[in-house]
Amino acid sequence: MKLSIVVYSAPYSHQASLSAYRFTREALAMGEQISRVFFYYDGVHNTNALSTPPQDEFDLVAAWRDLINENGLDAISCVSSALKRGILDAQEAQRYEKDCANLDPSSELSGLGQLVDATLTSDRVVSFGA
Amino acid sequence: MTSTESGLPKPKTLTFISRKAPHSQGFAKACLDMVLSSAVFDQHINFIFMDDGVYQLKTQQNPSLINSKDISAAFGALTIYDVHNIFVDGDSLTQRYMKETDLVIETTVASASRISEIIAESDVVYAL
Repeated sequence: MKLSIVVYSAPYSHQASLSAYRFTREALAMGEQISRVFFYYDGVHNTNALSTPPQDEFDLVAAWRDLINENGLDAISCVSSALKRGILDAQEAQRYEKDCANLDPSSELSGLGQLVDATLTSDRVVSFGA
Repeated sequence: MTSTESGLPKPKTLTFISRKAPHSQGFAKACLDMVLSSAVFDQHINFIFMDDGVYQLKTQQNPSLINSKDISAAFGALTIYDVHNIFVDGDSLTQRYMKETDLVIETTVASASRISEIIAESDVVYAL
């Protein structure tokens, strides 16, 4: 089955993004296909490469990064949600004259059209955190 | 995936249920943006306002006084985007002492059972 995952919540604020991560990992382990992971609303904080949790806590941003990279997943951080929450890639940082870029390279900034596209081409959409 | 002859995915019925007040959280704007983006893709769209979501449609709002953006103005654009199936949960209105005439756009007042039918007929439901 082709699944798309939508994440609305930030790590460490709600369990939802942790649940989304665990669901995605298990779905892959069961042989399901993940068409796209779309980070929307506060979910874009899951793509903040500067996230630095204490060493005795689970590093969810790093866990998403590894899951995405190891499985070659298509991961999108919604550009309008991300910019206003201070998550920028190098191109946006330059455009808005900011000092640094912090989007985790495992995700790409793109628009809501990518969520609609994923919705239309997946068998199921599973969303977390709203 | 079912494809049409043009190779594009077959249109789906997408239902969006907006359940949050307009300014306490950002979900109202997030939901509206999802609806407008989906409409660009020529899908069959249902937009339902329920619970505190009905406050989004209240007339005579002036959110600039609290440094917030007036999203109710954008609801007028829904018809331009060909989003015509706009429903409001009747019980949610009644519980908040609101009437159809208090709303900024024309909607269909729907019962809980009608809304559950709409959900059952949908391919994908987003609720936020």
